[in-house]
Amino acid sequence: MVAKPGLDGHDRGARIIARAYRDAGFEVVYTGLHQTPEEIVEAAIQEDVDMIGLSSLAGAHKYLFPRTLELLKEKGADDIIVCGGGIIPDEDIPILKEAGIREIFTPGSSLDDIVHWVKDNVKPR
Amino acid sequence: MDKIVENVKAGDIRTVARLIRDIDDGIPEVRDILKMLYPATGKGYVIGITGAPGVGKSTLVDQIVSHLRKKDKTVGVLAVDPTSPFSGGAILGDRVRMQRHSLDQGVFIRSLATRGHFGGLTQSTRSAIDVMDAMGKDYILVETVGVGQDEVDIVKSAQTTIVTVIPGMGDDIQAIKAGILEVGDIFLINKADRDGADKTYSDLRTMLDMDHKKHADRGWRPPIMKAQAVFDIGVAELLEEIEKHRQHLIDKYGETHSRRIEGRVREELKEMVTTRLVEGALSKILQTGAFEETVAAVLKGDLDPYTACDRLVPSDLV
Repeated sequence: MVAKPGLDGHDRGARIIARAYRDAGFEVVYTGLHQTPEEIVEAAIQEDVDMIGLSSLAGAHKYLFPRTLELLKEKGADDIIVCGGGIIPDEDIPILKEAGIREIFTPGSSLDDIVHWVKDNVKPR
Repeated sequence: MDKIVENVKAGDIRTVARLIRDIDDGIPEVRDILKMLYPATGKGYVIGITGAPGVGKSTLVDQIVSHLRKKDKTVGVLAVDPTSPFSGGAILGDRVRMQRHSLDQGVFIRSLATRGHFGGLTQSTRSAIDVMDAMGKDYILVETVGVGQDEVDIVKSAQTTIVTVIPGMGDDIQAIKAGILEVGDIFLINKADRDGADKTYSDLRTMLDMDHKKHADRGWRPPIMKAQAVFDIGVAELLEEIEKHRQHLIDKYGETHSRRIEGRVREELKEMVTTRLVEGALSKILQTGAFEETVAAVLKGDLDPYTACDRLVPSDLV
């Protein structure tokens, strides 16, 4: 699932990522813009996804990403892998990884790398 | 297995979500679960929504869900999106229009990709409908792009099928080609504020007039409605027509199990048998490795495809 938490309105990146996964043979659920972590987690559970990719460009990732993990845990769905991407300063990456975000992809990451990371690290639950 | 059945009936989201995945993946064990769930089905009312890409199906579904929720009805949504024939992947984007219902515990939304198994889509969608039915949803909305045999077959499983069109998209000839007139119980012209809505209306009416005898026999002539789903205009009226059609079916077939109608049971069972036969036989043929050799032989020009087919399909199978 590719999801856009928070209030930023820029989803071109998320759409390109979704497209890249599709072209690599994945089924991708796209949630659209302006999602709360609650909405994302509920949708992920209903769709029974293996992984959530969070896209954030507006700077609220330090709240939104860990909050998503927290809710997954509350729902007993913390076996769903969560990755992030977008405009994320280098110094925030260790904090997010510490919180349980498995990988962060920043501008300049190649689509091939992003797809391969998933192929290597995400197994159907 | 009993636990799974119990959890589905209790409406447990995670169990249902996983079961639908297993159905979609064609895991054989789910058959036994479906057998046990079947007695709990038949209470949900299935509405099919179909139409070309971009006519506003997801938005319409979103609005229908809102109206049904206002009446305190629980709703399941199955949104079917096409699988890319090139990569086997799919972008399932119907949720985008419906996400405001995400946190509503009375609504369960699930996306499905068409995947392209022979007959498998129809089968797995029907099974997913059964699961949502067994979990106690009052209404189950199935949204599909109305192209291709599989999609038409899916909407045939619905009790009421809504065919959505928009003004200025294809003339009446297109409508015949797609075969959509046969499946529609209600026709909805969405985005009806656009130029050409009246023309579309009269085109549809003319087409339906040609089938007037069939409608008279059935006792139901599909109404043609106008709406602007994004502004919630015409959706309440649509729900009234759906209710009228539901009443029509009850008057005609009785209330016992409105999906258990002879023609439908016969057709669905036939499809089930076909799918099982084809899947089973095909996997056996592919297993032997003879398939690849035969492909190579045809490629080299040593064999014609007709003889190749004769050799691949065991004569006791056909």
